[in-house]
Amino acid sequence: MQAVINFLHENIEAVYIVILMIFLGIEIIGRVPSVLHTPLMSGANAIHGVVIIGAIIVMGKAESGNYIALILGFLAVVLGTLNVVGGFVVTDRMLEMFKKKK
Amino acid sequence: MSGILSICYLVASVTFILGLKMLSNPATARKGNLIAAGGMIIAILGTIFLYENDGKKLGNYPWIFSAIIIGTIIGTLAAKKVKMTAMPELVSFFNGMGGACAALISIIEFDYLFRENKMFDSTFFSHVVPVGHYLAIIAGTIIGSISFAGSVIAWGKLNGKIKDFTFKGQHLFNLVVFALVIFFAIYTYQSDVKVANIPFFITVALALLYGVFFVLPIGGADMPVVISLLNSFTGVAAACGGFLYNNKAMLTGGILVGAAGTLLTILMCRAMNRSLKNVLIGSFGGTAKSAVGAK
Repeated sequence: MQAVINFLHENIEAVYIVILMIFLGIEIIGRVPSVLHTPLMSGANAIHGVVIIGAIIVMGKAESGNYIALILGFLAVVLGTLNVVGGFVVTDRMLEMFKKKK
Repeated sequence: MSGILSICYLVASVTFILGLKMLSNPATARKGNLIAAGGMIIAILGTIFLYENDGKKLGNYPWIFSAIIIGTIIGTLAAKKVKMTAMPELVSFFNGMGGACAALISIIEFDYLFRENKMFDSTFFSHVVPVGHYLAIIAGTIIGSISFAGSVIAWGKLNGKIKDFTFKGQHLFNLVVFALVIFFAIYTYQSDVKVANIPFFITVALALLYGVFFVLPIGGADMPVVISLLNSFTGVAAACGGFLYNNKAMLTGGILVGAAGTLLTILMCRAMNRSLKNVLIGSFGGTAKSAVGAK
């Protein structure tokens, strides 16, 4: 119990962010029309590509002799970039399609 | 310099929120996507050039840039060439890559902890690593792995390479696998630092297995809902990375997608007149019915 309280206390800022973001995330897309479900999913998919920041950090601080970290980190950056770039481009193409329909 | 980086992350977080908000309205959707993309570029460039770890700048620039260039080329080509009808499966594929990225980060961080501590004479892993730090690593690993394996299966199902696969007691089997994942995650934390990597990699393997069997029985028509669910999983995995590096952009982006993705999953179910529970264990009803029909 004490460990949990300490953990919350040390990370109280992050805990606030988590709670506020949960409410914000739910509030923001609450009234999305169903035609936009797939593009919104795709857009959200691109946004969680922000995980690439972690991959860049891990890659950048790997020591030159640590091949496990270098290779896995390299792979992580490639995959993260795929997620970000591919995600945004696909979303843009989906939305382009909507425009043409009108 | 790190002050400027904090501002970069702040700007990125705001663009993610704005972008998601604008994406939920047909008139502004396209602009919203571009705004979020702009924020992402700011966050990425800021991290590459301004990030400092204990006063040390990041190195390995050739590695980082070549990885980003490879990823950009493949990602752009795949996204530009894909047929309109094949888009959901591509989203699933990219989502899986994000999950794998989150899992790999956590695996590398675990490897650091393991190497750092294995010279100590038999102390327990739990004595040298704070519980919050371990939780962020193990949650990122497990959720990322499940999301990766599940998304790849969903991708294969949508393009017809993987067929529905069910067997009797599959639901129970999945529960057991999941319980084992949790067990080994805790066991890793309680084991000797010298051998902590063995239960850790068992945890990774079991999480991958769970991801596969989680998606396998779900019918093809329900795939978009499952992809949306896995999408929010990856968001949470990214947020675990945010905890790990105390990175606000990863934390806001991840949790935002996690929450919005979960609601979106429920909304998508509702649009199809189904409940989430129905989708996730619906295959049971389906097989039972067909079995009855066969008789």
